Parts: sequence; C-alpha cells; structure tokens
Amino acid sequence: MELSEDQTERYARHLVLQEIGETGQKKLINSKVLVIGAGGLGSAAIMYLAAAGVGTIGIVDYDKVSLSNLQRQIIHNNSDKNLNKTSSAAKKVHALNPDVKTIIFNEHLTPDNIMDIIRDFEFIIDCTDRFETKFLINDACVIAGKPYSHAGVIRFEGQAMTYVPKKGPCLRCMIGDVPHNSPVCSEVGVLGAVVGVLGSIQALEAIKYIVGTGELMCGRVFSFNGLSMQTRLHRISGSNPECKICGVKPTIINLNGNRKDYDISC
Amino acid sequence: MVIINGNAVDAAGKTVSQYILQTDYNISRVAIELNGDILPKSQYDSTILNDNDVVEIVGFVGGG
Repeated sequence: MELSEDQTERYARHLVLQEIGETGQKKLINSKVLVIGAGGLGSAAIMYLAAAGVGTIGIVDYDKVSLSNLQRQIIHNNSDKNLNKTSSAAKKVHALNPDVKTIIFNEHLTPDNIMDIIRDFEFIIDCTDRFETKFLINDACVIAGKPYSHAGVIRFEGQAMTYVPKKGPCLRCMIGDVPHNSPVCSEVGVLGAVVGVLGSIQALEAIKYIVGTGELMCGRVFSFNGLSMQTRLHRISGSNPECKICGVKPTIINLNGNRKDYDISC
Repeated sequence: MVIINGNAVDAAGKTVSQYILQTDYNISRVAIELNGDILPKSQYDSTILNDNDVVEIVGFVGGG
C-alpha cells in the first residue's frame, strides 16, 4: 500500500518524525484500536487516534450524551444530547478523518461479551469510569493476552499505566482486589482539562505501541496532579506472586467464575 | 530514613500499613514497590520499613 496524495499531506507532520515516518504511518493506517468508554478520557483518546490515522477505531459505550457530560467530554456537542455516545463519537471521527473506519458497540461491557469485543483489536484503551469495569478490562486483557492502556481520573488528579503481556505487572498485580465503593466523578467532580491530559497520554501509548517506538509505561505508573502540577513516573515493576490472575496460583481462570468482582452494585 | 517517591521520609521502624494510615492514601487503592518488587497487600501489615529502603507508592483513582 502506498500513501495517497491526501494522506501524504494530512500526515505530513508524522512523516517528518524520524520515529514515525512513512513506515509508522502505514502501521497506524492498518491498525485496530478499541476504546472502551466515550466519556472524558475517551473523548481525548478517540480524537487523537482518529487524527493520527489509526485505521479502525472500536468504540464501546452504552450511555447517551447528557448536558452534564459536555463540561469535559469534548467529542460530544450540544446538538448531540440524547444521542448514543458511540454514534456521536463515530460522527466526529468521520468528520475529522474520513480514512478512519469505526466499529461501534452500543452495549454494556460484561464478562459475557468482553472477550468477543476485544478479540479483533490489537490494543485496548480503558477509558471507563469505575474500578469494577477497569478490573474487568484488566482481567480480560490478561486472559486474552492483549496489551492495553489504563487510566483513572477524579477531581484534579489521575494516573495512567500500560500493560503488555510478559512486559510488566497488570493492574491487579499492583492494586490487588477491586476497590469497590471508590469515589466517582459524579460525586466528587472532575475537571475536563485534567481528563484530557490522561486521555491524550492513553492515545500516545497506543500510537507508540503500534508504531513500535519509544518506551511504554509497562511496570511504570504516571501520576499527575493538576492543582500542584506534581507529576511522577513511579516504577511499580517486578511481579506479584499473589496476583489472582497472573500470580503463581491464579484463582481467576475465566471471567465467569469471578463475576462478583465486576458488579458495580457491590 | 526511607526513600519514598524520591523523598527521604522518617518512616523507618513503621510497618507499611502504619505508614499508609498516617498519609492521605487509601490502602485499598495503592500500589507499592519496595526495593524493586511489588509488595503484595497481604504483606503490608507485616513489612517493616528500614533505613535506606526505596519505596514507590501510587494512589490510584477510578474515574474517567
């Protein structure tokens, strides 16, 4: 495949980057990335993936756009209220870059459907808003051997890390059990520009993974506080022999046997 | 002194749990690396911080 004249112009700033160039751009055009959650993190992640020319973007969400989303979820417009977030997001992707194909999954993510949804994608981005779903994605990606980007944000702070099979610990290695009843943005608030920082970092990790350049945050956790502007790339490496999914005696063999962990009503 | 997130902290002699409880971290949402290895949660109560230990602590948040 050769880049078209339009593509050469569209991606001109990538083509002059030694780390991307024509080879990297072609990898992006041929890549398939799944973004789970088209909210605050997903808005930034999806838009940057689309602009970068990621050829296929999967979008998973079950919500509809509401007025209170628009303070931070910049992929959705005022005129999108009550539309499915997946359709609203896909519309913006196509408007930004007609090269990009979208596959939308307008459904709740569950232990029953997640393995099918992630199967055809080479990199997954967790842009969900609760630990229960973040652990569902973690466990599914570990079982399926899929690389993924994790991020979480509330108020003015957040963190991000990247999991690549055999390259570092998973979220469960780090945190242990699902921290049920953790604060959520609807209760404690969140600033849009802060979510945008973390969502952009997730898109960046996906792009680096696809192109095969730079250092991914495997075994490292980036933390950011937008009020103090304190940032740190924490090294959280090595393995956790007690991890329930990748430790020496794993107790989570499949998602079905572990449903209670992913139940947000807990 | 214990080196925690790059800073020298007067925490030697405390268990990891005791140290976390005196901070703003929520123990259910932290990840800890002690001298290059992840510290499993089951060892927070029994692990005593020593001088020159190198510790990384990250507090996770779950929104998005």
